[in-house]
Amino acid sequence: MSRRWKPGRSRRWLPGLLLVSPSILAIGLFVYGLIFWNTRVAVSGRHDEVTPYGFDKGKNFVDLWDDPSWPPAVRHALLFTLVFVGGALLLGAFLAFLMEKGVKAEAGFRAVYLFPMAISFIASGVVWRWLMNPAPPERAVGLNQLFGKAGLDALANDWWQNPRWGMAAMALPAIWQMSGYVMALYLAGFRSVPEELREAARVDGASEWKVYRYVVFPQLRPVTLSALIILGHISLKVFDLIMAIAGKQIITYVPAIATYVEVFDSHDPANGATIATYLLLAVALLVIPYLVWSVRAERR
Amino acid sequence: MRRSWKAIAAVALTGALAISGCGGGDDGGGDSSQVEVFSWWTGPGEADGLKAMQEQFEKQNPGTKFVNAAIAGGSGTQAQAVLASRLQNRKPPDSFQGHAGAELLDYIKAGQIEPLDSFYEENNLKAAYPQQLLEQITYQGKIYSVPVNIHRSNVLWYNPGILKDAGLSGPPTSIADFITALKAVKDKTGKVPLSLGAQWTADHLLENVLLGDLGTDAYNALWKPGADWSTPAVTKALTDFAEIMKYTTAEAASTDWQGASKAVVDGKAAFNIMGDWAYGYFVNPAPNGLGKKLDTDFKYAPSPGTDGTYMWLSDSFTLPKNAPHRGGALAWLKVASSKEGQDLFNPKKGSIPARKDADKSLYKDYLEYAFNEWNKPGVKLAGSFWHGVYANKKWHTDIDTAVGLFLQNKDVAKLQQALVGAAKNNAQ
Repeated sequence: MSRRWKPGRSRRWLPGLLLVSPSILAIGLFVYGLIFWNTRVAVSGRHDEVTPYGFDKGKNFVDLWDDPSWPPAVRHALLFTLVFVGGALLLGAFLAFLMEKGVKAEAGFRAVYLFPMAISFIASGVVWRWLMNPAPPERAVGLNQLFGKAGLDALANDWWQNPRWGMAAMALPAIWQMSGYVMALYLAGFRSVPEELREAARVDGASEWKVYRYVVFPQLRPVTLSALIILGHISLKVFDLIMAIAGKQIITYVPAIATYVEVFDSHDPANGATIATYLLLAVALLVIPYLVWSVRAERR
Repeated sequence: MRRSWKAIAAVALTGALAISGCGGGDDGGGDSSQVEVFSWWTGPGEADGLKAMQEQFEKQNPGTKFVNAAIAGGSGTQAQAVLASRLQNRKPPDSFQGHAGAELLDYIKAGQIEPLDSFYEENNLKAAYPQQLLEQITYQGKIYSVPVNIHRSNVLWYNPGILKDAGLSGPPTSIADFITALKAVKDKTGKVPLSLGAQWTADHLLENVLLGDLGTDAYNALWKPGADWSTPAVTKALTDFAEIMKYTTAEAASTDWQGASKAVVDGKAAFNIMGDWAYGYFVNPAPNGLGKKLDTDFKYAPSPGTDGTYMWLSDSFTLPKNAPHRGGALAWLKVASSKEGQDLFNPKKGSIPARKDADKSLYKDYLEYAFNEWNKPGVKLAGSFWHGVYANKKWHTDIDTAVGLFLQNKDVAKLQQALVGAAKNNAQ
């Protein structure tokens, strides 16, 4: 907005405020209002739809750990996050690294790698459910069948139905889906490193590896951090992918599924809200340091 | 700019919802200008059955507009989530579908549905439904739903060819026989002895093993207040359950009941225990069914040890409190509980009527058997806990969790302990 005429004080901020106030109101109500309400229910004793809310001093937050389905849900979420975030970061960075070296038809490759992100988790989940069928090769479909036909029977495994490491397999579709996006982030990061810097290093006698190790990679830290945050919070909230592949089974229980089960299957609003609060805290643990960091970086 | 318009619209909409939500205070009276019927009958067969009942309703109530509020989604999971939020916002449909029995307890306790005893009196329904059924759906002396159909959950589906190859003369009739038969299939044919699907089908199997091992009376007693789940008899049943699970497929969690049942008619598995909705899936023509033939591709028997007992579940309709069109809702319940309505609905849906006076000639093949079993004098009824008759939603979820954990740790003692705890916390 150009202000050649000297405006009065209120004239300066009022239009802007009017413009954003509906969003502020809506966000205040639908985001912070609902966070407040969710927390309110979480500290209440409303374990069915008739008990009055009351206040139980956070008993739910402690009791939840006695629920036999909760510790596995947390373990699954952690394992999934570790494999998914690590895998997508490495694969995305690797793809970007390959592309950065300059391939023919780079735009085509970029599109191919980015495509999976355009598919919803539900749709890809249905396909991966079929691919990761754990039946032994003689009656398998998907990957185990392929391994059987290729004479690689030893590779056939029980995928996500392994009680210990199954959630690592569950992360495969998520890695497949998100690594293209990470690639795009890194590619932009690579491209933003000025060619002069690399040239200077080369002139100084650095090998190509050293150029990357000491010049390019350090410049990618902000990219890595934002990728980490994005992947991390997607991972904690994962719901649709698991619903599509396994449905509501203990073997792939994660907090988001647990919330759904508590609220809609068990009719227990307090427990559902407690889990949702834990989820919010977990996401906040990731996001708040990032916000602090980016505000500081902007000030610098 | 667009964003703020959206926000304004959102705020306005919330306001409108809030106002209309609060405004529902007038008690509907006998408004019969329309009726909104909420169900999850959108699949083949069930949707046709609903449509047939709708036509009957419109013929009998020309002045009432019928609104079909069916929501798609397997066994009503989506629909129940939508329903829960509508009930909490005091914007109930005029009548909604639910499984008769304890599954409705949450609605009853929350004061969301009305007792229908006077409706039963007026329409003389107490004589039309079997006495045991009425007893099993009565809560504190009152009945809150009108059963439309009956499904049987204790059915053993088997592949006659594989049984012959395994040297078995017929389907097993006790749990012990069943285990022997599973072993024979495994040793002699190399086929899958018992096909299983996702976690909930293991819950379904569990109720069948409990019923088969404990007998009808002891099984029914498990769901009464103060019931003892720690008895040696229950331990025995759970040990058998664990033994039976050894003969199931490794890939169970990757399929739902359709995949598991299909393995039997495709000749890949010898046995499958599933409710009788599997029958419709087997015999209906493609694309909605498999187009298989009874007796050649598959046969059925009561699940082992449960002959003479009908483990039932029932789709029923309710009268929500403050239903906006109470008159329309009562007219709908009248059709749903009538002989004509049930005889129009059930042959299409692939279930049998709950009423005793239904027209037998409409039910063929398996349904004829089911009809005869249901109406046989001296038949014993047991409620299916998994399908909502005996366990309320929380108990149901607790058992499901216990079974889910058992599938991984295979620890019978822990399973029993969890079931004891679930009963203690939830029995009513």
